[in-house]
Parts: sequence; structure tokens; C-alpha cells
Amino acid sequence: MPDPVDRDHVRLLVKQGAQLVEVLPEAEYEEEHLPGAINIPLQTLDAASTRRLERGRPVIVYCHDYQ
Amino acid sequence: MSPRAAARLEGLGFGRVYDYVAGKADWGSFGLPLEGASPSGARVGAHARTDVPRCRPADRMRTVRARVRASGWDICFVTDERGVVVGRLGRAALARNEDVVAEEAMATGPSTVRPSLELDEAVERMKRQHLTSLSVTRSDGVLIGVIRREDAERALDVFSR
Repeated sequence: MPDPVDRDHVRLLVKQGAQLVEVLPEAEYEEEHLPGAINIPLQTLDAASTRRLERGRPVIVYCHDYQ
Repeated sequence: MSPRAAARLEGLGFGRVYDYVAGKADWGSFGLPLEGASPSGARVGAHARTDVPRCRPADRMRTVRARVRASGWDICFVTDERGVVVGRLGRAALARNEDVVAEEAMATGPSTVRPSLELDEAVERMKRQHLTSLSVTRSDGVLIGVIRREDAERALDVFSR
């Protein structure tokens, strides 16, 4: 099971090199996203789209809120 | 949505996957920076006044009134020990007997918005509800400040030029 993290933990993980991934559709990502986040919409999240991610670094996923 | 994404990443073999379940709504509500096409200057958080007076539920009107008078405001927010908004004292409440405690005089459940709300939406809401201001809180209910309709309208006017 993936670990749920809160805001402070996110900031700490990012400082330590974690990758942020917003899984909302592109239009919502373009409007606003966390600093440094990349966009991989949930519908497109597969082996090909995740090649952009480095496997040796932690990955944090997020969307808008508890949805 | 993010729990499904996190599970899928694990399924794809990623070893250290974390799920920020509260998401960017939570991030923005704490006034943390966001990037993108929507400028943060057009959001409530950039224009919220943080100098609005606050008091505790057990504070008596004589104390509250003195604080409010010194601040130059005509309202006061009642917050608990964590800073969470529990009520609002308007002019009529502030005019009550000096021995009345804030908890007795306050209106509970004041309208609140998040700092990430766009200014035009905040103005629409104030117009709809016939309000001159809205309290701005984080997602955990802690008071950040107040967005006044006149400030929001002035800022929107500047943006539209």
C-alpha cells in the first residue's frame, strides 16, 4: 500500500529529491500545480508515460483533494 | 483519484510511492506557492487582510471591544486555542453588555473561503450573500484573515485594465 503523506512530509520528501506527479487532466495541471510537479493524467498512467520518472527516486502523486 | 494512481505506480514496479491525498487544494489553502497559468495574485490569499482582531470564546466584551477599537476594525473573530474560527462578532454583538462573553454574543458558522479561491468567485459569493467580507481559513479551519469586498473588487479592476 502506498504511504499517505501530509503537506509537511511532501515538502521534506521533495527537498530530499522526490518527484511530484499531478494525476489530474492536463487542463487542470496547466492552470495550477505544485512547484516542480510533472503531469501524468491518471487515464494515461502506464509503463510508457512513467518512463519520464526516475525509478531510484521517491514518487509523490496527488490530485485536487480527497477525490 | 491519487490512491488509484499510487497503486498503479506500485503495480508498475515503483518502490517508494507516496500519496498526498489532501492534494493541491490543501497546499493552496496553506498559502504555499503554486505554478501555472492562473496567477496567484488573482486569488483570495494574496489580498486577505491578516490584521483582523481575534478573541477567545471566554473573553468578555469589555476586553474584546478595547481590542477591536485599537485595531481600527469593526468586527472580531472568535477562535479556539488552535486558531480555528468558531464565530464572528459583528457591530451589534460588539455593542452588547461588557460582561457578556464572546461565545454568547458571536454568530456561529461564519462564511469562510480558502486562500486559493479566485477573487472573482469570492466577489460573486459576497454579492450573492450580501456580505462585505469573508473570512479566509486554511483547510484545517485556522483563520488566515479576511477578504473585504472592496479590496477584492479593486484588485479585479486593476487586473482587468
